[in-house]
Amino acid sequence: MKDNAVLEMRNIHKSFPGVRALQGVDFTLRKGEVHALMGENGAGKSTLIKVLTGVYGKDEGEIFLDGVEGPVAIHSPQDAQNVGISTVYQEITLCPNLSVAENMFIGRTKGMGQNWKKMNADTEKILKSLDIPAIATQQLETCSIAVQQMIAIARAVDMDCKVLILDEPTSSLDEQEVVKLFKLMRDLRSRGVGIVFVTHFMDQVYEICDRITVMRDGQLVGEYAIKDLPRVKLVAKMLGKEMDDMADIKGDQKEYERKPGMVPVLEASNRVSDAGIKPFNFHIEKGEVNGFTGLLGSGRSECVRALFGADRVTGGTVKMNGKEVKITKPLDAMKNKMAYLPEDRKGDGIVGDLSVRENIILAQQVLRGFFKPFSKSEQYKIADEYIKLLSIKTASADTPIKSLSGGNQQKAILARWLFTHPEYLILDEPTRGIDVGTKVDIQKLVLKLASEGMSVTFISSELDEMLRTCSRLVVMRDRKVVGELSGDDLNQSKVMSTIAGGDKK
Amino acid sequence: MQKNEAKKSNENFFMNLVRQQMFIPILAVLLLAVFNLIADPSFFKITLGYNSAGNPVLSGFLITILDSGSELAILAIGMTLVTAASGGQDISVGAAVAIAGSVILRVLCGGNSRPEKLAAPIIVAFLVSCIVAMLFGAFNGVLVAYFKIQPMIATLILYTAGRSIAAWINNNELPVISDEKFTYFGEFIPGIPIPTPFFIAVACIIIIFLVLKFTNLGLYTQAVGINESSSRLNGLNPAFIKVMSFVVLGLCVAVVGLIKVSRVSTINYSVIAKDIEMDAILAVALGGNALSGGKFNMAASIVGAYVIQFLTTTLYKFNVQSDALPAYKAVVVIVLVVISAPTVRDWFSNLTKKLKVKEVA
Repeated sequence: MKDNAVLEMRNIHKSFPGVRALQGVDFTLRKGEVHALMGENGAGKSTLIKVLTGVYGKDEGEIFLDGVEGPVAIHSPQDAQNVGISTVYQEITLCPNLSVAENMFIGRTKGMGQNWKKMNADTEKILKSLDIPAIATQQLETCSIAVQQMIAIARAVDMDCKVLILDEPTSSLDEQEVVKLFKLMRDLRSRGVGIVFVTHFMDQVYEICDRITVMRDGQLVGEYAIKDLPRVKLVAKMLGKEMDDMADIKGDQKEYERKPGMVPVLEASNRVSDAGIKPFNFHIEKGEVNGFTGLLGSGRSECVRALFGADRVTGGTVKMNGKEVKITKPLDAMKNKMAYLPEDRKGDGIVGDLSVRENIILAQQVLRGFFKPFSKSEQYKIADEYIKLLSIKTASADTPIKSLSGGNQQKAILARWLFTHPEYLILDEPTRGIDVGTKVDIQKLVLKLASEGMSVTFISSELDEMLRTCSRLVVMRDRKVVGELSGDDLNQSKVMSTIAGGDKK
Repeated sequence: MQKNEAKKSNENFFMNLVRQQMFIPILAVLLLAVFNLIADPSFFKITLGYNSAGNPVLSGFLITILDSGSELAILAIGMTLVTAASGGQDISVGAAVAIAGSVILRVLCGGNSRPEKLAAPIIVAFLVSCIVAMLFGAFNGVLVAYFKIQPMIATLILYTAGRSIAAWINNNELPVISDEKFTYFGEFIPGIPIPTPFFIAVACIIIIFLVLKFTNLGLYTQAVGINESSSRLNGLNPAFIKVMSFVVLGLCVAVVGLIKVSRVSTINYSVIAKDIEMDAILAVALGGNALSGGKFNMAASIVGAYVIQFLTTTLYKFNVQSDALPAYKAVVVIVLVVISAPTVRDWFSNLTKKLKVKEVA
């Protein structure tokens, strides 16, 4: 064990079928520090935490804890708790209909008896010592989300934890609540608790953390003291680019110029939804490929969802081809020749038990109407055509889509939307979690569609991919549009510094 | 080598057969048939006789199955759709049948509980009861789809209150219809020895298959049942589709209500269609449809309905008290639910894998 370390993970490996989620990751947490764990989606942060808390078993590697001789074995969340590792998740996992005190002690009492008076008194003491504005006998759901979050932390701390893991604790808090939470975190830090802080908010990392560990693609990128890693460098590390060798991989796409007398295919002004984004303006021309970029959680998906009516729209107008249209639900958008391939393929995209054929025809079938089903032979014809066109690997058109690989599922969903012959196609992370070959296929397809006159908005976590395909990028940070880049500004360093923003170094 | 291959293709054929959704209900029919054949072949005897009105009628246990099973089959149609779209079941159908039947009698009697002449044509009475039953279906559907109440809980309301509402519709009187034509729907049409409910069921089955073929009812309900969020992003309105499935079930309920009151020309509010919801749900499950919703096989549900009736009739034949029937059916339910539980399926597939590995070794 290194000096002062309270937790050390060495050479952790973890594989899932087809994915190597963690490859030889080291992680060290010191006493009394707040340590940010950063990385884009799929970097392996949550896998690492789940290995640490016993949700997943590890394939290889060792975990050491301060004060314990030799490596510790953690096989379940209960084991983790017993050795002093506590986790507070983004979603509050307490029971809203029990009192604060009951929540503090649930699952920790031995035997059947319960001294209620003592439990309440103990809880009051803890709440007071941590300066949490709640009463022991109060029902939990009457507390604000931030206070509930703090109670969850208090519960973890009271279980005598040495390591506290906070997984996205601030994502549902407002600014003042975050301030309160940070006060509590500083307080715990001064008591010597090691805190692992997982968040997507860069400002918060630079406000409270002492050290950053960056991960990418299941591997450790490095561990840095906060003062050694300015924002732009952090973004570069997360995205996997070195600042120095940022040769501009500008694609061969042309900068888009509006032809005289043309109106944008889609123009949105002050569009806003209930998903927590700030109102934004947006437009796209015929045959243009543009994109929303920003770190995960910056609100890029929420923006396109607001355009498509996927979230509840709360304001703003949308014009299609110069004419104002009302889009409040996905069907409105579809009728106006929009298509949206959602980010969450499994949750929002595929209809798992239905066949590939039914998944492909679904959207167009809905547009055609309830009383005009495609006949079976038409369905097979359409499905076979698109299976061939996009080279979807499936045993047959009747195979349930859920048994296809991720990339082929994605192609089938893409086929679904292409079959509606949209004027404006939104692709939200179409290449996530799919193999390289398919990725390239999809990028090529996007450019081909655009050359045929379709307008495409493309979102990807991989900057390379965005730079190769898009001629204009809308940059987002903390749920706001913070810039728009095109032409010569479309290079990695410019994009990254815009994403990072507010950097003083 | 060749032998091995032959064995393998045999195995594949067998596995495919087992995987067919129709496998369980048809296997159940065969088991019941064989059991009856061995225990008492007279079960299969059908005799032609004359009823009190002097009309030729067929009778026998098989005819009973055809007759009573038809009510179940009609309800199973609606229950299958509700199950597919909402991932839950409607337990109020028995009470709703009571309401539908009561409405028919009320319209036919027009307030007089012993009418000499019908106050309205039977078709009018039936249509009114269709509307009422569909409204109650919509009530259940709205609770489920818009208020997001679990289907069983939402329909518990009507399950509890339905029979009181049915009695209230007729001022708690028991109207009796003396017009002979009214009995045609639940018994026999003069000159035709097969019970009418069977023809009604066949009509309903034909209608639902035409609807499934010429509309997107099947695709929409399954898509909503499998992935609501994705369905919405494809332009569907999941809540509306769920409500519609309950409305269709309401229509089925009205048809069964007509058959039920026609059989006896009167109504007994507390007994009519008692526990029929459980049989209807069981029919869906026996048809191999997941009670958690999603994909469905309508034909399998309908066969399932007749299988349930087969089982019930077999039990009656062997003098099982009607009070004891549910206990026997419960055994069937337990076996079905356990077989279709994911944990058991996993366990089975692991077992077969292990066996195969052993064979290879």
